[in-house]
Amino acid sequence: MSTDDYALVFSAFAGEGGDLIPILQEVQGRLGYISEEAVKKVSHFLKVSENEIFGVASFYSQFRFVPPGRHSIKVCLGTACHVRGGQILTQALERQLGITSGQTTEDRRFDLQRVACLGCCALAPVVAIDKDIYSRMTVIRLKATLNDYE
Amino acid sequence: MIMNSLQALRTAAREQWDLLKNNQVPIIYVGTASCGRAAGALAVLDSIKKTLEEKHFSAKVIEVGCIGPCYLEPLVDFQLPGRPRMCHANVTPEKARSLVQSYLGSDKPPVGLAVGHYGDDGSEFTQKVPRFFDLPMLKPQVRVVLRNCGLIDPEEIDHYLANDGYLGLSNAFTKGPEGVIEEVKEAGLRGRGGAGFPTYRKWEICRNAPGEIKYLICNADEGDPGAFMNRSLLEGDPHSVLEGMLIAAFAIGASRGYIYIRAEYPLAIVRLKKALTQMREYGLLGKNIQGSGFDFEITIKEGAGAFVCGEETALIASIEGKRGMPKSRPPFPAIAGLHGMPTIINNVETLGTLPNILRNGAVWYRQFGIQGNYGTKTFSLVGKVRRPGLIEVPLGMTLRKIIFDVGGGTAKKFKAVQTGGPSGGCLSDEFLDMTVDYESLGAAGSIMGSGGLIVMDEDTCVVDLARYFLDFTQKESCGKCSACRVGSRHLVEILERITKGQGEPDDLAKLQNLGEAVKRGALCGLGQTAPNPVLTTLRYFRPEYLVHVAEKYCPATVCRELLEYRVIPEKCTGCQRCVSVCPTGAITGPRAEPHNLDPSKCIKCRACYEICRFDAIAGDAIVIRSRRRNSDEQRA
Repeated sequence: MSTDDYALVFSAFAGEGGDLIPILQEVQGRLGYISEEAVKKVSHFLKVSENEIFGVASFYSQFRFVPPGRHSIKVCLGTACHVRGGQILTQALERQLGITSGQTTEDRRFDLQRVACLGCCALAPVVAIDKDIYSRMTVIRLKATLNDYE
Repeated sequence: MIMNSLQALRTAAREQWDLLKNNQVPIIYVGTASCGRAAGALAVLDSIKKTLEEKHFSAKVIEVGCIGPCYLEPLVDFQLPGRPRMCHANVTPEKARSLVQSYLGSDKPPVGLAVGHYGDDGSEFTQKVPRFFDLPMLKPQVRVVLRNCGLIDPEEIDHYLANDGYLGLSNAFTKGPEGVIEEVKEAGLRGRGGAGFPTYRKWEICRNAPGEIKYLICNADEGDPGAFMNRSLLEGDPHSVLEGMLIAAFAIGASRGYIYIRAEYPLAIVRLKKALTQMREYGLLGKNIQGSGFDFEITIKEGAGAFVCGEETALIASIEGKRGMPKSRPPFPAIAGLHGMPTIINNVETLGTLPNILRNGAVWYRQFGIQGNYGTKTFSLVGKVRRPGLIEVPLGMTLRKIIFDVGGGTAKKFKAVQTGGPSGGCLSDEFLDMTVDYESLGAAGSIMGSGGLIVMDEDTCVVDLARYFLDFTQKESCGKCSACRVGSRHLVEILERITKGQGEPDDLAKLQNLGEAVKRGALCGLGQTAPNPVLTTLRYFRPEYLVHVAEKYCPATVCRELLEYRVIPEKCTGCQRCVSVCPTGAITGPRAEPHNLDPSKCIKCRACYEICRFDAIAGDAIVIRSRRRNSDEQRA
């Protein structure tokens, strides 16, 4: 993000305390993550210390501090998905991609996240890859599905 | 003068709606809420649009919200001019194509394939299939909050207005703030977010509290894993919640409103934003709403993912841009909340109920439910039931009726039901005839919560389930008070040991004592209810804990460390499919001979089991089982 991009993001906000989370959301929406530079810029704009911004950002599971992969895999670990085997899917993915949840593969092809609930409980277990939601997933089908994402 | 413009808007909307109902062109309704989309509704929608274009059929396509029976998704309804609306279930893109062709391109519409209809005209259309709302899952339900979901276009304010939308608001203006509070008191409405505190009482405190500005917050941070009632309502009928916000704000004298909604619900956010724009156009937001002298603005705040933010004071901290940590109370938010001002936080469903109470009156509302627990409650009925989905039933219905009549029961033997999400309790079959109300659930050691009902059969291990919930709450603990921060962590550690076969005889007593200590010592609702899953499972499923500890045996074959995978030589055809999917090379063997599974290499990933079951020839040659270990073996 260039300085102009930041200026554009900040122009929509008055610079009040309550703007911190929406600004971070906007930055992450554009950048894919919260970079150190972003924290500095937001700190300057809101006149809030970098420490405090990091403290708030790290409290919420939505914010990430490493760049995402080209495709984001979210495994739902809500109750219904857990009961129907979501944990097994996570383990299979971690093994296949060689990363643990919250990380990005070295080739930046995939990043993997566990999410609390995608709200499609009746179709459990559910895995979301980018905007596509796959319901009633199995280990075997998951493996084949990954091939569709380059 | 006040109501005239709203009345005029409603009349115009109703004319439009009647035109639509007495349609001159066929209408196709597609359920495209998040759950429908997960089942493939967007591909179905696409196929319908393409077919219409290719064949030059003219029809109106309307996207609607979720009507409830998720197991029937994707749902598509066809309505020919002058005919009732016919509902088709489990529609695939191919099936959609052929349905469009037969409904619009032939004189024999395939009404027999429908699962239900929405008409009452007694025509041959309605004789072949039952009324949709007479289906076994729908019949016992009472739709108050969900009355419009799946039936109207959620992105059209006119559809809402035509169905008596904002009529409750008009009545509220006539009654005045005190009159509204009185009506809600009469109705006996209790907060649907979980605790069941009488809504009017919270309102009264806020209304009488001094403050130059007052806030109303809609809590749409539906964080319970396994619950999606609020999402469905916001996606299917956003105006009902927004009207509720206007009514509540008018009653307490609030001029600013916030909707605190999970960022994981993008479709609901889009629909809310659209709805807010429409409200502004219709003079339902801003200054002097409909000439009533009442000013109100609504801002959407997207949550950033923290379960604890469902707690009122944490939610307020989050809106203020801070870490979402709860504060000790008093002062209660109704007196000093957001920015130190009187603030009311109401749940989505509570707000969605208000227009119905104000429109039809308290007496009407009290016909549903039982003494002290009036009205209806939405639940997301999920897990191992045959008919999972979103339901709305009167309070006081028995668990048996909900699980077996509405949900269709379980395929395998029913074992337990978890109410209230991670903060709730796990109830055994002896509670099936208990009525679902705030007090009965509380007495059983559980809570109503926001309305997740997760049904489990004999394949679910309750020890693993308790570990799962505690693991969830422990990770979501904000860390402020040590009872929750340290206590929940120890609970998880003990439960993990037990599920790994390393449980010790005094672990059960430790769980009990620690669980009670956390309940007493925690600062906020998250910590105070976190031990419920372990305390209830200990109470109702003690033998299952005991075999995990004493015999290292998991009767439900869930706890991974206690399982073993085996090839049954008599059943194995030697097809080598499992060999090809095994990631660690644990299965070996030449083609056409029974394979060998090396337990020391097996990581229990389930791939072989799945592929074996998938293959009709070999069938179930690979089995997963948990073996009882006697004490001699353990010593050796």
